[in-house]
Amino acid sequence: MAETKKNIDERFSNFGVVSFTAQTKVNDFVDYLKDGKVMATQCGLCGTVFFPPRADCFRCMDSEMKWREVAGKGKLMCFSQLQFAPVGFENDLPYCIGVLDYAEFKVFGRIDSSIALEELSIGMEMTTEACRLENGQLSYIFKKA
Amino acid sequence: MKKTAIIGVGQSNFVRNYPGSIRELAFDGFKEAVKDAGAEAGDIDASVICSAPEYDKQRSPAAVIAEHLGLNSQPTFYVETLCSSSSTGLKMAHAMVASGLHEVVAVLGFQKMSEISSSESQERMGRGADIQWESPFGTMMPAYYAMHAQAHMDRYGTTPDDLAAVRVKASTYGQINDRAVYRKAITPDMFNDSSNKIANPVSSPLRVGDCCANADGSSCIIVANAEKAKAFSKKPIWILGLGAASASVNMSGRDLFTGLGAAGQAAGRAYAMAGVGPGQIDVAEVHDCFTIAEIMAYENLGFAEPGGGNELIRSKETYKEGSIPVNVDGGLLSKGHPIGATGGSQLRTIVLQLRGEAGEMQVKDPQIGLVHNIGGVGIYGNVTILSNQY
Repeated sequence: MAETKKNIDERFSNFGVVSFTAQTKVNDFVDYLKDGKVMATQCGLCGTVFFPPRADCFRCMDSEMKWREVAGKGKLMCFSQLQFAPVGFENDLPYCIGVLDYAEFKVFGRIDSSIALEELSIGMEMTTEACRLENGQLSYIFKKA
Repeated sequence: MKKTAIIGVGQSNFVRNYPGSIRELAFDGFKEAVKDAGAEAGDIDASVICSAPEYDKQRSPAAVIAEHLGLNSQPTFYVETLCSSSSTGLKMAHAMVASGLHEVVAVLGFQKMSEISSSESQERMGRGADIQWESPFGTMMPAYYAMHAQAHMDRYGTTPDDLAAVRVKASTYGQINDRAVYRKAITPDMFNDSSNKIANPVSSPLRVGDCCANADGSSCIIVANAEKAKAFSKKPIWILGLGAASASVNMSGRDLFTGLGAAGQAAGRAYAMAGVGPGQIDVAEVHDCFTIAEIMAYENLGFAEPGGGNELIRSKETYKEGSIPVNVDGGLLSKGHPIGATGGSQLRTIVLQLRGEAGEMQVKDPQIGLVHNIGGVGIYGNVTILSNQY
């Protein structure tokens, strides 16, 4: 029997300022954000940690994944402050994006808007924290460690 | 594998707003390439149509373009690797001809970017990145390259003045390229004048002047086997090497932000296939969608050691008279960057250089030329090596 519209799991549409994806097998990521946790996945067979979280391990051709929290500090590898934004993001300007290196994996995301651009430097330690945005959406943000 | 050659090249003017449809835009580049080859549409066995489809309302544009160019009933199909689509098209054409499946194949790249607004364009280009995990943060192409610029500055001491120097060079040649969309002079002072639009911040540390111009345009490259090449062309330009590579779309899958891994891997594969090294390249076209991209290209192609790209532009060695002339047609920065047409335009420039037909932009007696064409933020790396020697 075909799945009815009301049964479709579209939790992922709640992720980010504007979500471009509604359905994914890692939809639980959004529920974890609601609980204040940012989660990666880890392959139950080979132990590889994936961020962004994946439902499938290409090394093992297997989908037995476990959730694992993104905890501790990462190091800022690169960053930029945007003065122009794509459609739908104009109200957030200016805002900074960057990549944090956690050694086992890396995380791409936004940097806390309360941190001035001049305070950012490559190599600085930051944490990744779940947050709720002004428009009610769920996301995560990099904060000073 | 059998040898293949480029026997005809063509390019439309690159303009802000092309006053016609995509099929008419495609015709401009095709017409010039067919005349350049001394051929007719009927001499072409197959066509490969290249663009980034999100700018077009037409679904499956290969069909309407092939029909408009008089290429029915020959086979046609569409390829896409973002900004390197027509370099990928060239690779397809080479494989089709070298395998003996076809004798003459046209690679037609086009893009009519003006059908959507600049902010819509940035949003769609941003969706060339990871829409599930990156786009929800409000990403766009300049920001990705800006992160690389920040990393390069931090590690190697590259400065905003170095970035500006790349743009100044581009404008030097854009002024003498009658196909370029941006033909004005740009001086270093303009980057330090806060009242000048060139100095306006886009995404730190990149400014307006560090970013290439959107444009409408088309390009066409005609590839033939050795027998047909010698029959059609007095100056066939031989394909020596084709290297390609891919990399993680999401930045979290990258280990390096001071260069593009896929560009370095593509270069290594192209050099190996061609049996040449970076020191033998006489003239190059690199994918300078942003100023930092050209500096990283110098390093990924082996024209400079990692971190040495800034010195190459400071010493002006990549000017026409330098040891390795790069983008002496204005590059993407001044010539413009109509996504699907860009690779074909770069190839056309190198073909004209190797034939000694580049006019005011001509470098002295080149024998081997190189094209570096990147799709997305180093997602697709493509390097092509050409020669006027059989």
